[in-house]
Amino acid sequence: MIEVKDLKKGFDGKPVINGVSAIFQTGKCNLIIGSSGSGKTVLMKCLVGLFEPDSGDISYGGKDFTSMNEEDRKILRQQIGMLFQGSALFDSMTVEQNIMFPLDMFTDDSFTNKLSRVNEVLDRVNLKEVNNKFPAEISGGMKKRVGIARAIVLNPRYLFCDEPNSGLDPQTSILIDKLIKEITTEYNITTVVNTHDMNSVMETGDHIIYMYDGLKEWEGSNKEIIFSKNKKLNDFIFASEFLQDAKDMRQLEMKGKIENNHNHG
Amino acid sequence: MFSKPENLKMYWKELMHQCVEIGIRSLGIVIIISVFMGAVSALQTAYQLVSPLIPLSTIAQIVRDTVILEFSPTLVCIVLAGVVGSKIAGELGNMRVSEQIDALEIMGINTKTYLILPKILAAMITIPMLVIISAVLGILGGKLASVATGIVSTSQFDKGLFQYFKPFNVLFALVKSYCFAFIISSISSFYGYYVNGGALEIGRASTKSVVVSCVLILLMDYVLSSLLL
Repeated sequence: MIEVKDLKKGFDGKPVINGVSAIFQTGKCNLIIGSSGSGKTVLMKCLVGLFEPDSGDISYGGKDFTSMNEEDRKILRQQIGMLFQGSALFDSMTVEQNIMFPLDMFTDDSFTNKLSRVNEVLDRVNLKEVNNKFPAEISGGMKKRVGIARAIVLNPRYLFCDEPNSGLDPQTSILIDKLIKEITTEYNITTVVNTHDMNSVMETGDHIIYMYDGLKEWEGSNKEIIFSKNKKLNDFIFASEFLQDAKDMRQLEMKGKIENNHNHG
Repeated sequence: MFSKPENLKMYWKELMHQCVEIGIRSLGIVIIISVFMGAVSALQTAYQLVSPLIPLSTIAQIVRDTVILEFSPTLVCIVLAGVVGSKIAGELGNMRVSEQIDALEIMGINTKTYLILPKILAAMITIPMLVIISAVLGILGGKLASVATGIVSTSQFDKGLFQYFKPFNVLFALVKSYCFAFIISSISSFYGYYVNGGALEIGRASTKSVVVSCVLILLMDYVLSSLLL
C-alpha cells in the first residue's frame, strides 16, 4: 500500500500539486486520471522519487519515503518497477539485455538462471523470439510489453505505469491494459497507472483518482464513475457525444443488473 | 555526487565499454590527424629554415618538440573534444530525454556514478594513450614527408630526432593530456546529463559542450605551459 498525505509540489513558485492525499491499495489497479497539466505526471514522479515534494508525506507499506536516506531509498527502489510512456528501453541493448539488466545489477545468479527468468517474464507478457532484437527493431506495443517485462523481472511490490497506452492502437491498448491488470492480481502488487485512456478507466480502474488543477477532484471505482454527478469529471471522461451515449447505456445496463439481482433475491 | 557502486562487475563492464568507445573508436581519426600534422609541420619548418648555418637535422628536432609539446596533446584533444565530447553529450542527452536515466534512477542505481564516472575514467585512461600514439605517428609522419620530398636524409632526421631530447617534454604532454581528458569527459557529461527538452536541446548541448571544452583546453594549455615550462 502507498499512502500520500497532503502532498505539495511546485515549480518556480507555481504550485502544480496543491495538497493531494490518497491511498493506493495493494492488489488493485489504482488509476490517476486528469487532463494535461492537471499534475498527474508530477504526482507520479513524486511517488517514485524522481521529484522531491515541497511538503507532505509519501509512505510505502508504512515506511516514510520522503524522509528516507539515499541508501534506504535504493533498497526500496529495487521493489519498484516502472513502465515509462516511451518505454525507456536502453537503445544500445537487445531486448534480452534490457530485461536482464536489473538482474545483472542486483543479483548474483548464474547466467542460465537469469536467462531463464528473462524468458519467463517475456513469456508472461506474450513475447516470443524477440530476445536478440534491439528496441528500434520492434513495434510500439512490443516495446511496452518489454518495458513491463523489465519492470516485473525483479518481482516488484509496486508497479508504476506512465500512460501505458499512449501511441498504441485500440486493440494493443486493450492487450496492455489486460496484461497490467492480470499482473497486478497475479503478483498481488500495488499498481499505479497514469492514463488518459477511457477504455483503461472503465476496464481496469479498481480505484480511480481524478486530478484537476493540482487537486484531487474525485475518487472512486470504475463502477462509481458511471453514476458520478461531478461535472468536471463527467466533462473530462465523457467528453464526446459517443462517450456520453456509452455512459448512458452502461448506466441502464448496470441498473438493470441491480434490479435483476433484487428480483432474484 | 558519486556513491559506492551497486555491482562492481557491471561498473567494470561499463568502464571497458567506454574505453572501447572513447579510445578504440577514436583511433582512426587520431592516426590520420597525427600523420598529416607531423608531415605538414616538417614541410613548413623546412620552408622557414632558409639559413645555410642551421643544420637540416634541426627540422627533426623542431618537429619532435612541436609534436610532443603542443600538437599531439592540444590539437588531438581539441579534435577529441569534438568527436568524443559530442558523442558523450549526445548519448547522455538522448538517455535523459527518452527517460532512460529516470528508468535507471527508479531501479535504484546512482546514475551519475554509473553513467558519468566510467566515462571520465575511460577518458583519463585512453586519451593519454592516444596522445602518445599521436606523438609517435606525428614524428613518423614528419620523417616520411621530409625523407620522401628529399628535404633531409633518414640519417639526418634520426640524428636530429635524438639531439637535445628532454624526457620532461613527454611528462608535460602527459600532464596536459590528463587535464584535457578530464575537461572533455566532465564538460560533455555535464551538458548531456542536464539536457532539458527534446532533440533540438540535445544538439545544442553537444555543440555547447564542444565549444566550452575547446575554450577550457586552450585556457588550461596556457596555464600549464606558464606553470610547468
